[in-house]
Amino acid sequence: MTKVYSASADKKALDGVSLSVKARGIFSLIGMNGAGKTTLVRILATQLEPTSGDAQLRGMDVVKDAKMLREIIASIPQEARTIPWMTPMQTVGSYLLWRGVPYSEGRSRAAEALAKVGIDGQRDTLNRKLSGGQRRKVMVAAVLAADSDITFLDEPTTGLDPISRKELWNSLEEISRSHFLVLTTHYLEEAEQLADTIAILDRGKLAAMGTLNQLRSLVKHQYSIRLPAGVAIPEVKDGTVTTGTEGQAQILTGEEEAYRLSAELLRAGARISVSRISLDDIFFHLVGEKGGK
Amino acid sequence: MRGRIIRQLLASVLVNSVYAMKNYPVVLINTVLAPISFLVIVNFVSRGALLSQAIEGAFIMSMFSSGMGLQSDLSHLKNDFKIQDMVVSSPASPAAYVLGMALSEIVYSIPALVTLIVLMAAFVHPGVIEALELMAVMLMMFTTSVTLGFTLSTFTSDIVQSFAFSGLISTLFTTLPPVYYPITYIPLPFRYLAYLSPTTYAAEIAQSTTGLLQVSTISMAFAWVVLAVVTIVFGVIAVTKARWREV
Repeated sequence: MTKVYSASADKKALDGVSLSVKARGIFSLIGMNGAGKTTLVRILATQLEPTSGDAQLRGMDVVKDAKMLREIIASIPQEARTIPWMTPMQTVGSYLLWRGVPYSEGRSRAAEALAKVGIDGQRDTLNRKLSGGQRRKVMVAAVLAADSDITFLDEPTTGLDPISRKELWNSLEEISRSHFLVLTTHYLEEAEQLADTIAILDRGKLAAMGTLNQLRSLVKHQYSIRLPAGVAIPEVKDGTVTTGTEGQAQILTGEEEAYRLSAELLRAGARISVSRISLDDIFFHLVGEKGGK
Repeated sequence: MRGRIIRQLLASVLVNSVYAMKNYPVVLINTVLAPISFLVIVNFVSRGALLSQAIEGAFIMSMFSSGMGLQSDLSHLKNDFKIQDMVVSSPASPAAYVLGMALSEIVYSIPALVTLIVLMAAFVHPGVIEALELMAVMLMMFTTSVTLGFTLSTFTSDIVQSFAFSGLISTLFTTLPPVYYPITYIPLPFRYLAYLSPTTYAAEIAQSTTGLLQVSTISMAFAWVVLAVVTIVFGVIAVTKARWREV
């Protein structure tokens, strides 16, 4: 699928992206700013037409069968904001009315969803009096209350404090047991924690896709050793060494070499951390190096 | 199915008018103020001679401004709050969404309309037939401005641009044309310019219907035709040009 916006005809927002994913659990799209995450989600959520190519969800074409598809999807756009003169209950309740849910049923579903995201205490407070994170939770509650088969969440946790983010992760994990969630995020640990399948977009192209373990297999070295500043870096026989601006370092290497290097560093009294490579490492390997980061 | 459409209409009315009126009661005063203030000024300046024309003018301004209000409200919900994107990805149809938003503008104008109906009954005294004719004119005015507003909202990309359009068109169509006073007050060369605005025809019909202006039958028929054509043209533009899903 390709998408070119008329305002910037020389640049492809999506450039021949082709992917297929089982509609269950959480599918996460990650990538740098301008990678095409939002464009892809907006096309799948029937808000935007692709320039070429097609996409199907549960066998329905996002352009030709949009009307049918809209019965089973819900979406929270990246920049969606609450209306200041409404309360959380009114916000979620109205959204459900637009979806055709009867008023009284909508109110009980709204109350339940707001409680789930931790806003039950402020449900009748005007949105303008809520914090930025609380307003974001209200928008998330609206799409969760919709109880749709497929829900698109474009950076839903942006602006949330760490505790609220964890709470929302718990809600999303619970919902993903029975619904399919498509999640875009800038927080790689979020995708690592929640996603069953991860797609990495890079400048409009699909750089890689798979489970975390499948993505790991794309990287040669599977272990990461992190060293604080001031620790002498031992000779690495097989692996890569990256040094940070403040003197800290990271060694990516294989299992045996990681064992050998760790033993050597520990003998020298260094305080190190050893782990399997994270999504950060994979992302940096696949996108960061190409992007010159 | 009918229940679902009613709920979708209700959602638009609640979001765009009822909750705003409930939570910010000052908007109730705001909707009355613009049409009534012109009415008061025209009445004072004419020493009461143009009170009836001014009441009808305030009605036309109120109906036209309601439609133009739709333009900025739709643009606000689409560009600033991204609510329209959420509604697009839902079972709500574009027709239900826009019709509901248009109804919300009427609800928003209820304080002004009630005030003007009372003034109309007290000072203009229209009969049943005249009242029906006035209602038809106001409905066409509203439909024209709603379709124009909806079309413009699909082209505006931010709220500043949207408010600028809304203010400009409201001034061009309701303040400058002879809506609050008879067209005969305008010197002849400029009278032709006034006929570029559909509100001029609406005012001419309203004033003629209630005996405030002597217009030939042909002129009246022509005014009705112009209003009908303008309403249909803007309606067709709205249906064909406006986009629910972006490209």
